[in-house]
Amino acid sequence: MRLLSNLLVAVLLFVGAAIALPGGSAGSVLGGSTAQAAEGAGRTPEPHPAHGKGDHCVMPTEFMRRNHMLMMYAHRKDVLVEGIRTTKFNISGCVNCHAVKGEDGQPVSFDNPKHFCRSCHTYAAVQIDCFECHNSKPQASEKSAALGVDSADAAKMAAFLRETKK
Amino acid sequence: MSSCSGDDEKAGMDRRGLLQSAGAFAATMLAPGVTLYAFGGGEAEALQARPADQPASPKQRWGMLIDLNKCSTGCNACVTACKDYNGWQDTGRADIDPQWIRKVTLKDPQTGVERSAPVMCQHCASPPCVDVCPTGASMKRADGIVLVNKHICIGCRYCMMACPFKARSFIHEDETGQKVNNPSGKGTVEGCTLCVDRVDAGQRPACVEACAKEGGALIFGDLKDPQSEISQALRKLPSTKLRADLGVDPGVQYANLT
Repeated sequence: MRLLSNLLVAVLLFVGAAIALPGGSAGSVLGGSTAQAAEGAGRTPEPHPAHGKGDHCVMPTEFMRRNHMLMMYAHRKDVLVEGIRTTKFNISGCVNCHAVKGEDGQPVSFDNPKHFCRSCHTYAAVQIDCFECHNSKPQASEKSAALGVDSADAAKMAAFLRETKK
Repeated sequence: MSSCSGDDEKAGMDRRGLLQSAGAFAATMLAPGVTLYAFGGGEAEALQARPADQPASPKQRWGMLIDLNKCSTGCNACVTACKDYNGWQDTGRADIDPQWIRKVTLKDPQTGVERSAPVMCQHCASPPCVDVCPTGASMKRADGIVLVNKHICIGCRYCMMACPFKARSFIHEDETGQKVNNPSGKGTVEGCTLCVDRVDAGQRPACVEACAKEGGALIFGDLKDPQSEISQALRKLPSTKLRADLGVDPGVQYANLT
């Protein structure tokens, strides 16, 4: 009988402790999750940006990872302020070469998390403002020479050439 | 075809010979100057494309001469061409729409004489917009083209206040589908660039090309080259600058304004 009452007290104490100390149970859950992370499961999936077209980028990949922002910074000054219009480091080159296609088969814009630039920048929590102005989708090559040379102009040109041949 | 590879500007007969020997397809693939020469009946001179790795040179100053005798009231071709090429968009609210170039009708109340004139950034030699810009975003390139460096524009709109020609616009709304040649976004100021990418490629601005098909009122060229088409026209036509009293020395000049 004495054994039974002792057992009852022990059970009551255990239940009381469990009710009185909810923090204890919460602590144990937290501890469990930390242990899980330490095991190497990873908190955020690492980005795997799509490969660009062709064999290599305009510079070695490691160099690009470190310096692409500085290259763009220098290039934008060259083009806009100085008027040096080399195309190697154009942002449109990045966008064209690294286009990622969406479910509809069309290249995705910066709104889509799969966009090449966004995949890493979201991971690194670095905001980029490029695409507030620049188009984030590859454009059909808009050669400025194309303006004014439509099929009607081509026909005129052909007629002119036939005339001068006589 | 080897005769066209040299840089020397040949006389009209040589060019004619070249065109005679070339097929239609090959000719359209030639430099844009040659094509212009063919269409313009020898009026439009060939512009030189600057090598891509060369900066804009202060030895040139790009300008425009607008002959208002050839500019008709109903024609809007220059505005449409600018809009198409540079992709400035209607926001659906006329009071905040960007507008790089507009047609202005001037009427003399005494005589009733009407003039229609395109007005855009006048690409001043002493641009007030550059003077007031707090960040250096409003700038004049070495060859005289006045631009906004939108990378460092903070959208304060002092330049819009300073411009006597109301030539600049503020972008109030988010934009999508911008042209590659004209990145454009909310919170920055923009205006006529004289189609700087075309000029660098040895072409005329979009408005000038569109006008050549209509009235041919716009002449574009290098004001510092005495042999250029625009310099020759300026020697022949009496021309004036808008608000010449301000002394900002616009690169855009108007003939037959009064």
